[in-house]
Amino acid sequence: MTLILGAVAYDPKVVTIWNGFRAWLRAHDLPFDYVLYSHYERQVEDLLAGRLHVAWNSPLAWVRAERLARAAGREVRPLVMRDTDRDLRSVLLVRADSPCAKVAELQYRTVGLGAVDSPQATLLPTALLREAGLVPGGDVTVRRFDTGVGLHGDHIGGERDAARALIAGEVDAAAVVDTNVLLFGREGTLPAGSTRVLARTGAFDHCNLSAVDTAPADLVDRLGELLLSMSYADPEVRPLFDLEGLREWREGRTSGYARLAAAVDDEGFYDGRGRVTARGYSP
Amino acid sequence: MIVPGVLDLHGLGFERGAHLLVQQALKNTPPGGELGVTGADPALVVHLTAWCRRQGHRVREASDTDSGVRALVVRGRADLDRWAGAVRAGGPGVDGIVAEPPSDWGLAARGALVESGGPATPFDITHRDLVWAEIAPALYASAAASQWNPDTEVHWDAGEPLPDEVEDAVVQVMTYLVENEQTALVVPARLLARVHPHFREVQQLLAVQAADEARHMEVFTRRALLRRDELGTSSVSGRESLAGLVAEADFSVASFLLSVLGEGSFLNLLDFLDKNAPDPVTRQVTRLARRDEARHVAFGVAHLQHQAERDPEVRRRLRSAVERRYRALVDTAGLNQDVFDALVILAAGAWEPDAIGKGYDAVMALQSEMDEGRQRRLVHLGFPADEAADLSALHTRNFM
Repeated sequence: MTLILGAVAYDPKVVTIWNGFRAWLRAHDLPFDYVLYSHYERQVEDLLAGRLHVAWNSPLAWVRAERLARAAGREVRPLVMRDTDRDLRSVLLVRADSPCAKVAELQYRTVGLGAVDSPQATLLPTALLREAGLVPGGDVTVRRFDTGVGLHGDHIGGERDAARALIAGEVDAAAVVDTNVLLFGREGTLPAGSTRVLARTGAFDHCNLSAVDTAPADLVDRLGELLLSMSYADPEVRPLFDLEGLREWREGRTSGYARLAAAVDDEGFYDGRGRVTARGYSP
Repeated sequence: MIVPGVLDLHGLGFERGAHLLVQQALKNTPPGGELGVTGADPALVVHLTAWCRRQGHRVREASDTDSGVRALVVRGRADLDRWAGAVRAGGPGVDGIVAEPPSDWGLAARGALVESGGPATPFDITHRDLVWAEIAPALYASAAASQWNPDTEVHWDAGEPLPDEVEDAVVQVMTYLVENEQTALVVPARLLARVHPHFREVQQLLAVQAADEARHMEVFTRRALLRRDELGTSSVSGRESLAGLVAEADFSVASFLLSVLGEGSFLNLLDFLDKNAPDPVTRQVTRLARRDEARHVAFGVAHLQHQAERDPEVRRRLRSAVERRYRALVDTAGLNQDVFDALVILAAGAWEPDAIGKGYDAVMALQSEMDEGRQRRLVHLGFPADEAADLSALHTRNFM
């Protein structure tokens, strides 16, 4: 039997990455193959339908997988995650000369967000606005930069467009994950000193490798063991890690998803049984 | 106040190089140890957190009791792991050459610290003794210093027009030389692309050698076209002889056939042209080219000597290469008859019976000088005199 992994092809490098992992895993005696999806919703549905054994899930895909599983009396578990998937934060940026000193002062102003299904640039920042007593789309105008809908924010184009709109004065604030704040600063999209951080979300976790309970447990466990055994000091592994953006695999954990699950409920993105209820969302 | 274990970035942000200071400070922190970071940039904690996550470090946010520290970096070990298996690719000097450098050192500078792993490279000439000669660095230095400018070193307007028949002969000889120099460019260029870059002095020398030949092609073409619109002839047999040189895959055998036997014979030919050419431009271009060729021959001889000292078996391979080439060319016409005739007329310098007779004698003398030169070099490489004479006689009649 071959263990089948699903991954979303958000970028051409995904093929290189999983070809590399595939070769490495097979060389370590794990019968392994992968299939690629054009968006996360079909991947999650296929995972629960048993067409996949494990899936490289975005945090939002994880939330949905868990709900679909629970509704069906089933289980999914986060097998492993990258070290770089832990404890991210999104920020609301304003221009350095903005009169706003706290989130509540964004009332009657415009906030630039990422794609409708981006955890880090839409769902979690929206929750931050709500916590401050604002109603997104009500007393705060939301301008969405919908790039790569269905990719759950993996495509950073939406965040970059929001950052550009902030610099151009088209929006009063922009939501960007901390990693991209650094990236946009270095590439010049956000010139040094041009913006400041108005607020940060709490820490949250990003992707995980989700395993479904119908998958062959011995192969899933073996996959987990093999991945956790990979070392950045190994010259064969290092290029794969560099490409996939990690330094070590860590055990999967669920503690970093509560904030997103709450945001999903507040926004009505999925219902409690994992059905897509977001309006205007068609991946 | 400077607090030990705390790095103060002052106003420097991560958009302007703050990571360099953090990186440097972490060098003195063991994995698992903590470095406090402070600074005035409002985005410091956001940037530091994102940067550390990417580098495999963790960040612990400071509490009020951490006396001005804004965040604590828990040092990871990814940077150490990246270089854990790294090795020095020998040393930068000649004494740092490794006899058999690994393929995955690839294009790394000799002496660089090479990260482990990396792609295998296509260089198939990977042993020092297959390419090396002690004089390679000195020859390269001399070659680089001896490059000359055809525009200024040759007085292109010197001399009077020659009789038509003599001018035609010069054009024919130049046409032949260009053909041969093209070969002499391609052979080292092909070898150069196969030599492991670790032996950089050899690569550099071969590169300059190819550049020398490029210049020779230029000056011989210019001389041919000085008073004519067309070049002379190119025979099948001449090109057959040269094709055999280009096809030779073994570095030492190629070097032997091209540099020791071919270019060695060319030294005599260029010397002959310098002494016998009827006009100053031909004499100048052949004299300048000869200087370069002497270096090429010197490298070939030195390299083969180096090899023969280590492996007497090499001489057997060289001998069979000459015999093989002889057999391949035995049914061909050898030197283009037009070239032979042109050499006679060129040396005659005039279109009269007496002059032609003298020219003919000069070409005969040239051929025996070539033969003696080849024998001398073969003896130098350790061949017994009688064997050297036999091998020289088997050398292609096309000279190169």
